[in-house]
Amino acid sequence: MRARVLIRPKAGILDPQGAAVERALPALGFSGVANVHVGRLVELDVADASQLGDMCEKLLANPLVEDYEILTGE
Amino acid sequence: MKFGVLQFPGSCDEVDALHAARRVGEAELLWHAERDLRGVDAVIVPGGFSYGDYLRAGAIARFAPAMESVIEFAQAGGLVLGICNGFQVLCEARLLPGALLGNASRRFTFRQVELEVVQPDTAFTRVCEPRSGSDELRAHLSIPAKHSWGRYYADDRTLDELEDNGQVLLRYASGHNINGSLRDIAGVRNAAGNVFGLMPHPEHAVDPLTGSTDGLCIFESMRLAVEGAHV
Repeated sequence: MRARVLIRPKAGILDPQGAAVERALPALGFSGVANVHVGRLVELDVADASQLGDMCEKLLANPLVEDYEILTGE
Repeated sequence: MKFGVLQFPGSCDEVDALHAARRVGEAELLWHAERDLRGVDAVIVPGGFSYGDYLRAGAIARFAPAMESVIEFAQAGGLVLGICNGFQVLCEARLLPGALLGNASRRFTFRQVELEVVQPDTAFTRVCEPRSGSDELRAHLSIPAKHSWGRYYADDRTLDELEDNGQVLLRYASGHNINGSLRDIAGVRNAAGNVFGLMPHPEHAVDPLTGSTDGLCIFESMRLAVEGAHV
């Protein structure tokens, strides 16, 4: 099964990458941009999707500082 | 007194760590793929880019066979020092609280930093003394720091606990917090006091040739802690 894991910095933790993008967009003329955060996307094929949560907790994310969201599809 | 210095693929400061440890005792390299810690009295997890740090700094190294033994060694009370990438590995292994995030500046930063020794009576700082002739009450260390992922983070409750328990051993002096670490934290120990991690590099400051010998007191403190335990 194809799966996607979205990993984001936890709310409230300084996100300098997001802040840099948030500053850059208005400089290019895009207005009304706020709350930009930059995370990671992990795409993978898994035989047993029930293991994805454990994979995230152990390796794919650091739950102390990152939130993760698991998306599975066909 | 024998130090063991872990070596991962991608480590780059293990030779300086060996050199520093040999100023105060014996030392040998421990290869990441081997579980046997060869009877060492203390372990140093050195700086570098273990396994390339491709996912997150330290995230893969924490599962190395040698790290399984280091975790057991630490849980049995053995002294473990993590420097830079080693600090990141120890946090990922949950031997130390918190995490190291990308520098607030988004830049790799390499400079000499001034550190304040907040807790002078620990296994890692007990011989660090204020400079002779200074009127400082606390020791200050001038040692190099070089990293992109050194911003110490823990939630507020954890930070309060660390401070209340005396687990913050080193802080960046005013104007020297190069990475945006919360509460200027440069080095923390675990609750039991036998595991310590810091981002700056004491092993690069053990020879007058390179400008400072302030890092030596960390290794000498560890030697005294181990040899005291043997008496």
